[in-house]
Amino acid sequence: MATSITPAREDSPEAGELAPTRRGRYNVLTRYDRRVLMLMVGIPLLLEIIFIWWPTLSSILLSFTNYNGVGEVGPQNFVGLKNYQFLFSGYTLFWPAFFHNVIWLAWLAFIATPIGIFFAVLLDRELRGTAFYQSVFFLPVVLSLVIVGFIWELQFSPTEGFINNAFGLTKANNIIDWLGNPRINLFAILIAASWRHVGYIMVIYLSGLKSVDPTLREAAKVDGANEFRTFFRVIFPVMAPINTVVAVITTIEALRAFDIAFIVNQGKNGLELLSILITNNSISEASLVGFGSAIAVILLVISLGPIVVFLSRVMRTTS
Amino acid sequence: MGDSRGPKIAGSSERILIPGTGIELPVDFDLSRRDMLKIAGYGSLAAFIAACGGTTPTTTSGSVTAKGGSMSIGSYLSDTVPKKGLQDVVDAFTKANGDTKVKVNTVDHGTFQNTINNYLQATPEDVFTWFSGHRMRFFAKKGLAQPIDDVWNDVKSNFTEGFAASVKGDDGHVYAVPTSYYPWAIFYRKDVFTAGNYKIPTNWDDFIKLCQQMKKDNLIPMAFADKDGWPAMGTFDILNLRMNGYDFHVGLCGGQQKWTDPKVANVFKKWAELTPYYSPAFAGLTWQEAAQQLRQKKAGMYLLGLFVSEQFVSGGNADDINQLDFFPFPDLGTQYDSEKALDAPIDVYMLAKKSPTLGTDSGQAKAFLEFMSKGSSQLTYWKASPGAIPTANDADPSQYPALTKKAAQIVSSAKRITQFFDRDSRPDFSGPNAMQGFLLRYLSSPKQDTSGLQGQMQSFWDSLTPE
Repeated sequence: MATSITPAREDSPEAGELAPTRRGRYNVLTRYDRRVLMLMVGIPLLLEIIFIWWPTLSSILLSFTNYNGVGEVGPQNFVGLKNYQFLFSGYTLFWPAFFHNVIWLAWLAFIATPIGIFFAVLLDRELRGTAFYQSVFFLPVVLSLVIVGFIWELQFSPTEGFINNAFGLTKANNIIDWLGNPRINLFAILIAASWRHVGYIMVIYLSGLKSVDPTLREAAKVDGANEFRTFFRVIFPVMAPINTVVAVITTIEALRAFDIAFIVNQGKNGLELLSILITNNSISEASLVGFGSAIAVILLVISLGPIVVFLSRVMRTTS
Repeated sequence: MGDSRGPKIAGSSERILIPGTGIELPVDFDLSRRDMLKIAGYGSLAAFIAACGGTTPTTTSGSVTAKGGSMSIGSYLSDTVPKKGLQDVVDAFTKANGDTKVKVNTVDHGTFQNTINNYLQATPEDVFTWFSGHRMRFFAKKGLAQPIDDVWNDVKSNFTEGFAASVKGDDGHVYAVPTSYYPWAIFYRKDVFTAGNYKIPTNWDDFIKLCQQMKKDNLIPMAFADKDGWPAMGTFDILNLRMNGYDFHVGLCGGQQKWTDPKVANVFKKWAELTPYYSPAFAGLTWQEAAQQLRQKKAGMYLLGLFVSEQFVSGGNADDINQLDFFPFPDLGTQYDSEKALDAPIDVYMLAKKSPTLGTDSGQAKAFLEFMSKGSSQLTYWKASPGAIPTANDADPSQYPALTKKAAQIVSSAKRITQFFDRDSRPDFSGPNAMQGFLLRYLSSPKQDTSGLQGQMQSFWDSLTPE
């Protein structure tokens, strides 16, 4: 775009004149170019400020207030660090919610994502009916998590649900309370979440595998590497960019986990998650906007970790 | 009606029964009815304008009400049965009030409650459905509700003093018109009690003995469900009322009493005597599922509001509702038994101060409130949705079935009436991550030493901004 000399255009009379800058060099951008550039940078910047920076900064500011959602925020609303203090010392749900998010992340990272990758590797081997399997595993991905929640709620329901009835537990009066028992309900909804996550990872990984140069495999085969070694020593390292994407997706899914737990019981009784604490506190009838914002800020700080890692990797590959 | 008993996701309260399976499927997941109304509304806008052309609003001089014109209602009556009740009343109102156009915006019950704060500050409808008690005063105090003293002056002769007190804000102004109420009591099936030769228990020992007997007879003695989080509050309320008295309970809800009080520990201790007889896996059951256990004779008793009858009406068997009966909570042998206190929540209609159309529709909106305070209108609603009792003095009780008559009677004989925990206490304390969560934690092991839990409850209360 920064062509050195642009022919004059009708809409920019001075276009084409090279204006000397302070350092005595000639600016290669015409006034027209500069206007276009300004627009191209300005509009996204404006959108970014309005939709990302402003809400973020508002949340941070609100987290120091006791604002309850009515009217204007005034100086009398500022309570300093009180919200954070209570969050870490008094609020009994914060640490459980935090650890539930950690469990969620660990489950996705060590169970669901590897299964997705495993399926992708299997389906990459041109099995008969591979398109069919792909569609079956991918089907849950097109469903919204809300619907996934409803579907699994029906499976897990203690007396009416499929699982307890299929295993004869209802009849034997030996009901397992999948969603009500705080010791197991998190894992029950993790199964529901994985049902979708596995398909998601599978598709991403499969498309990556398809783009791996087949000669690499052949070379590995010629060198006498078995399937196992070929995958872990050759294919997996070549897939590094996809691996990063998968890792980031997994982390993001774990941090934004919300829908299923909220559908099941509004995230209480063992299903507390950070995102749900934010919602229940700030946009419920209670409207503890200030306190909810403080939790949101904590979640933001946690999210910055993977974001920074991801960005630094992306920057490194592009430079 | 109802407290927080609607499911929590937009539109999910609409359920379809899969034939033969007994499984109810929620439909209408994402698109809220509000969206649907909007979509439908835009489509028929032209027709609507054309239809409006003829009517001009007329204000009767010297009256607070107006005929003709238009008005709007924001409604949480999203379950099929009460929704039809409101529609019947609205149709009658349109006919009676010079063809007033009424737009009803129905929002899923739980969603309506959860978003009430934003709703009332944004562009609410002129009239909205709500609850009395602290929950009404809370929004009146925030300046989001319009006082309706003028309407009340016209209609107050039709209400008892108890109802009059329930719609007054902290500033002494009236903010709502009470339209229906219902008691919480222990519901049972008459045929089950006859078959098992069970006697209505009047004291705690008999009650527990009855539970033991039912367990022997392979019944679930007490149906119980707390997936929704709020039903457990009903049991907490009644135990606290009967063990520690009305004054202590109100003080606890209002923050004058402490959750760490040993009196609260006693409530939890007493409650633990009852929990062994609850439905298995109750923390994963909805109140509707537990009501079905009672209807299907799998459970013997169920402590819930009168709205449990909805599940008996929609159950399919006409005889079910005739078999439904209830008895008051048994005496605990304390000095507070004589108060006969119970939860009897009152549902109300209010005016939203920030409604953009209230300026022009004020007369019509007030006419609707006056219409709703008539016994005849309340009966129209009650006929379609009999889960609650009309409040007006001139509502003719002769057509009530025995169950409704008995429900009206148990409330009028109570010396102290509370609303329900989530209506009597501040909303930021009664939510899913506060009181609902605390009670579920207690119920997960009722025999626990509750002092730690009580400490957490108190410290959560203390963390809230003083009202």
